[in-house]
Amino acid sequence: MTASIRRSLSVDLGGLPIATPVMIAAGCAGTGKELGGLVETRRVGAVVTRTITVEPRQGSAPPRIVETPSGIVWSTGLQNPGVDVFLLTELPEWTKGPPVIVSIGGGSLEEYVRLTGALQGRAGIAGIEVHLSGPDEEMQRPVLGAHVDRVTEIVGAVARMSLVPVLAKIPGGVDVVPLAIAAARAGATCLTLTDSPPALAIDLAATRPALGGPTGWLAGPAVKPLTLRAVADVARALPRMPLVASGGVRTSTDAVEALLAGASAVQIGTATLLDPVAPVTIAHGIAAELQRRGLPSPSHLRGAVAPIPVIASEGTHT
Amino acid sequence: MKRARAEILSTRRLGAYQSLTLVAPEIAERARPGQFVAAAMPEDRNFLLRRHLTIHQSSRRGGWAGTLEFVVEPGAGPGTTWLSELRAHGSIDIIGPLGKAFSYPKRLTNCLLVGHGRSVAGLYFLGQELVARGKRVDMVIGGSTMDTVFKPIEAKRLSQLVTVVTDDGTLGERGSVVDALPEAVARGGAQVVYAAGAPALLRAVAALCRDRKLPAQVAVEERMGCGYGLCGTCAVPLAFKDGSGWDHARACVDGPVFNPARVLWDRWPAAATDRLSAEEPAHVVADDPRAGTETRP
Repeated sequence: MTASIRRSLSVDLGGLPIATPVMIAAGCAGTGKELGGLVETRRVGAVVTRTITVEPRQGSAPPRIVETPSGIVWSTGLQNPGVDVFLLTELPEWTKGPPVIVSIGGGSLEEYVRLTGALQGRAGIAGIEVHLSGPDEEMQRPVLGAHVDRVTEIVGAVARMSLVPVLAKIPGGVDVVPLAIAAARAGATCLTLTDSPPALAIDLAATRPALGGPTGWLAGPAVKPLTLRAVADVARALPRMPLVASGGVRTSTDAVEALLAGASAVQIGTATLLDPVAPVTIAHGIAAELQRRGLPSPSHLRGAVAPIPVIASEGTHT
Repeated sequence: MKRARAEILSTRRLGAYQSLTLVAPEIAERARPGQFVAAAMPEDRNFLLRRHLTIHQSSRRGGWAGTLEFVVEPGAGPGTTWLSELRAHGSIDIIGPLGKAFSYPKRLTNCLLVGHGRSVAGLYFLGQELVARGKRVDMVIGGSTMDTVFKPIEAKRLSQLVTVVTDDGTLGERGSVVDALPEAVARGGAQVVYAAGAPALLRAVAALCRDRKLPAQVAVEERMGCGYGLCGTCAVPLAFKDGSGWDHARACVDGPVFNPARVLWDRWPAAATDRLSAEEPAHVVADDPRAGTETRP
């Protein structure tokens, strides 16, 4: 039973085959060694590492998480040991599990180039996901990937250098379609839609922001409709581009909706924190839905929803 | 670490708190003082994160073998309110035991246990294990008012010298546990200090122990996302052992018990406030069945 489900659930993300269309999102799988005790990792489609930078980062001051209605506002400040230590101590742990996609982040083109170079040819890396939501130190902009020029430049450089598939993670809370088109033209083999949108939570008693870090990000079921919209808009603009829905997928129903909107796979973030087995139960739920509809694979759900009205990306709110 | 759908054996009011006893043999037999469980919230609500409950006691032997008890503060937040309203024979999804436990002194004998409010609950499990190892246990416990001092009678039963303080003087001395610390250390000849609670309290304990060169262990409370090391949000600024620098440790897997001498309190904003109580996540407490006078099936 399990074997037949895994076979029927496999999808291809632009040259990156995964056994189920359910991945664990960046920053939600610890340092690679925690997950093994919590879930049968071989039944997870793929796992994205926490975002790795060139230099070590200590990350944001606590508190780093606060609950908001049907969501969380979080900020880790990309805490990570830097790429050198990552390759030495963390990557061997990650590669014991499902296919590993390494998330890379930086504030300058040079940093992305150095990171891609450092990962090049390393055994066990199935793909690279380009985190684009941090500040742009070269251009002095708050969100590096919110601009077509920089998406083109950085995704282009990573894609030209990389020997493995490159997923571009488009920032949330912005007009995603032009950025998605730019990333696709620059050579990304797959797009992750979207990163968490920036958000603010306030500690009323202390009369200050509830988080210690400068920017909070909204995640959890609260953002699901935003994700579905982004996926549908990009799927229409780039019908052949594999898309991964990320943001607010908690149940298999959410996942099926994301596939119907045009995604080839989903990433599970907050839901993995609530229930470490969620990536496996969601995959089972997708299999049950395929069986119910008599479809052979998740790709047959892709974009099967009735035509979605054109709205935001054209800038005319109706 | 085990996951269990644990039946609620009993739930009862204890002063300002609600105490829940769960049947979870696989977790109870592994649990050690200072550890916690992560309790799932119902799926149909708008609060999502698991609540992290310090184990007050886990009963491995006797009539209550296989049970865990923890204590929540009704009204502290939606999650603890939901937990406090659960009824016996219901069940909740818990993962545990989680985190690093307190360790016991090998040679030193005089132990002082310090806590405020709900955080005190976790110290009884520790106190019993210390007494069982032939250690002398003294306690300094406090609360804002009489109702919020957790089990003062049980504290007297467990320890040699108990100092009770309340902010308003309704029970014991008026003041804070921090004010009462120097005298308690002197009277009991404390050689090791254990503390649990909010960063501001632990910072004061750390300063006192540093001045008097007393070894100490503190169980921190910091907001957690998952409780098992996945999300990296429960950050505690910690110096490297070799003193070469620092990084944020995770309270859930690197702690919650830390050596306070290595915690960089100046880099921890919550330690700069004067709040001695944490909000949610709540602390779990397991109860001593011998002291149980309430209705248990």
